[in-house]
Amino acid sequence: MGRYVIRRLLQMIPVFLGSTFLIFVMIHLTPGDPIQALSGNRPPDPGVAAQLREQYHLNDPILVQYWYYLKGVLTLDFGTSYSGQRVLDIMARAFPVTIKLALVAFAIEFAIGLPLGLIAGLRRGKLFDATTLISTLVIISIPVFVLGFVLQFVIGVKLGWIRPTVGEGAPLKELLLPGFVLGSLSVAYVLRLTRTTVAENVRADYVRTATAKGLARKRVVTVHLLRNSLIPVVTFLGADLGALMGGAIVTEAIFNVPGVGNTIFQAIKFGEVPTVVSFVTVLVMVYLLANLLVDLLYAVLDPRIRYE
Amino acid sequence: MQFSRKPATVFAAGLVVALGATACGGSDNKATDNGGSKGNASAIVVANSSEPQNALLPANTNETGGGRAMQLLFRGLIDYDASGKPRNQVAESISSTDGQNFTVKLKSGWTFSNGEKVTSKSFVDAWNFGALVTNKQLNSFFFEPIEGYTAVNPADPTPDNTDDPLPKPTAKVLSGLKVVDDTTFTIKLAKAQASFPLRLGYTAFYPLPSGAIADPKKFGEAPIGNGPYVMDGAWAHKVAIKTKKNPTYAGVDKPVNGGVTLKFYQSADSAYNELLSNNLDVIDLIPDSQFKSFQNDLGARAINQPAGVFQSFSFPLYNKKFQGANAAKVRQAISMAIDRDLITKQIFNGTRTPAKDFSSPVINPGYDTTICGEFCTFQPDKAKKLLAEAGGLPGNKMTISYNSDGSHKGWVDAVCNSIKNTLAIDCQGKAYADFKSLRDPITNKKMDSAFRTGWQMDYPSLDNFLGPIYAKGAGSNDSLYDNPAFDALLKKGDTAASTTDAIAAYQDAERLLVKDMPAVPLWYSNSTGGHATTVENVKFDVFGVPLYTQITKK
Repeated sequence: MGRYVIRRLLQMIPVFLGSTFLIFVMIHLTPGDPIQALSGNRPPDPGVAAQLREQYHLNDPILVQYWYYLKGVLTLDFGTSYSGQRVLDIMARAFPVTIKLALVAFAIEFAIGLPLGLIAGLRRGKLFDATTLISTLVIISIPVFVLGFVLQFVIGVKLGWIRPTVGEGAPLKELLLPGFVLGSLSVAYVLRLTRTTVAENVRADYVRTATAKGLARKRVVTVHLLRNSLIPVVTFLGADLGALMGGAIVTEAIFNVPGVGNTIFQAIKFGEVPTVVSFVTVLVMVYLLANLLVDLLYAVLDPRIRYE
Repeated sequence: MQFSRKPATVFAAGLVVALGATACGGSDNKATDNGGSKGNASAIVVANSSEPQNALLPANTNETGGGRAMQLLFRGLIDYDASGKPRNQVAESISSTDGQNFTVKLKSGWTFSNGEKVTSKSFVDAWNFGALVTNKQLNSFFFEPIEGYTAVNPADPTPDNTDDPLPKPTAKVLSGLKVVDDTTFTIKLAKAQASFPLRLGYTAFYPLPSGAIADPKKFGEAPIGNGPYVMDGAWAHKVAIKTKKNPTYAGVDKPVNGGVTLKFYQSADSAYNELLSNNLDVIDLIPDSQFKSFQNDLGARAINQPAGVFQSFSFPLYNKKFQGANAAKVRQAISMAIDRDLITKQIFNGTRTPAKDFSSPVINPGYDTTICGEFCTFQPDKAKKLLAEAGGLPGNKMTISYNSDGSHKGWVDAVCNSIKNTLAIDCQGKAYADFKSLRDPITNKKMDSAFRTGWQMDYPSLDNFLGPIYAKGAGSNDSLYDNPAFDALLKKGDTAASTTDAIAAYQDAERLLVKDMPAVPLWYSNSTGGHATTVENVKFDVFGVPLYTQITKK
């Protein structure tokens, strides 16, 4: 197990190098001059522009620029944005907020999707099952931004139950609505995945055996049935965590959450190579770690799976 | 989704159009209605803004987010009242006999919020800091008119060779600035420019306390100014900047509220929803999606007034396609083929005012609706006739380039349709992914089609709409317009003995623009905004920025 984890962690090094390099090159290929972006409509002062280009090594060949960046990263210096802020500071501000939002969305997915999916799976073909299937279909077909704007306007502005945007410090209760919007699509998927696997496994031999042994229905369902049905769901949730963190651009903009998605969006617009590369690289790492965690969870859920 | 760039333009002086930023202040700033009718002198007004893109230093603040914060924290020699008239703040007087040598006398009694006196040195040192190229201040070109600028910001003799070392500045300070005593300093310009003092209200010319220059990075994070407000706590990046009343403020516009919190929003839509739910007191940016309804939603609380923003599309006159004896006539015909009234009404719901000259209705004296006259009026028959006289448009096809991240597609298509229907020439919009990709070919003079241009004034004066954009060699002369007669008239205006003479010369120069039509005037962007029921006395200045100090909270 330990060796397996170490091997997986070591595999991340080439992935890190490859992804930073690819993103670095891609951002460089986007059209436009980042120094111009700093100056707005009027051309930048030529003297100042030349100084800034020199400072950020913008005149050097791309491989040299990449080397400068990599050298910085190895000493945990992710560089500075062209407006002079340390990327590390920007990350320290953006990631906690997004992690919080992602966890709220994650919890909502778990809390709504799993139990409802379980019930629907157990009562396959009944009214409850049909209702959840139809309502998740509706949720899947509504684009996130429509759901976001509508809920914000109805609940935040018209009814005034909550504040329309997330305030300072991103308190948990203000993150509930954005978290729901962000997680809504995944709620539907988790629910449907759970329902299908539960409905399939409910007729499996081990469930029948457990019931025949005289175990309480509650124990059969939670320990025997649910645990074995969780593997595809956990796989989905693991992949989803990465998506929630990087893919929250729309939700973050609607609810004014100062998180990762918005920072990356702005940085791409302004051609801020160090910011984009650093953020995306961290997201890649999060993705890899989440997947490692999922793989390890398999062994917990299904004792037949062993690493080594 | 629309991440709004402020009014369709770009902001030269003010304000590179901030895009982004973020969340909002805590519940302690919640805009609550206390029911009283008289203003509460200690209540905090909450206004929208965006995360400043750069450290808060006067010479480095060139976009709206930073501009609003600087306006709260600093005052310069002069500022502008609601109608755009300059008024003295720190300056007692700014005088000159020849339009080239100025003597500035300061009022005594002004202090920075740390107690330090505002003296001549506070200004001269700050300006020298801003001008020196190695300090990399984005607004450094504002000091260009002052004598000695080329020594602190030398031109690179080989701009295309990026491997050679950059030219070193030969001086650390501007030779044109001299401290006489604590309350007097002199400015010598490289060449006469009578209107120079008018620009001294701009952010770049704010003073700095002595500690600022030693550690500009630290200062830019927590600036100490001489303005009506002081920072209340640290700058919460991407969230808000909180300020409170400065008890020692010596300016003429003493705050009538307890402070202003600038809350940062990523999108104008979310700010607008906060206004509707009374979580935000003042908004100076209405999202495009609400142009139709905001005047209904807010009623008397809506603001829609002209601002110093001029919108146009320009022609790359350096391109062969746009040269030739009759090319100017063709451009005039195109201008006459555009139904500005209809487009501003249909596309912008009245949040733009059709252009009648090359400046803005807030420029007074200077704005004159007769200057562009019939050439800026929709006249299909005359347009057709003029185009026929000019021998038609070569290729019978034109293109207007724009950046698709700024909601320009609507009006570009409308303008093109208007041209197409009137002149029967094929007209199409060409979208660039974002602003900087559009600017690339423009800056490198590689455009081969007309392109969107806009100008937000640096200071309310006619010459600011002409010199920086159409004078030979000017920084924002994107068309490479070159007319010696135009430059001569500008010079005549710059050195004129009286304002009346100056305006007359500038207007004559403007008439040449109508004749040559390097850019087709479209409309002036209005400042759009509004306020919640929680506040009163909300007025915007000619730059579209709320007069924060005068807002009363119930």
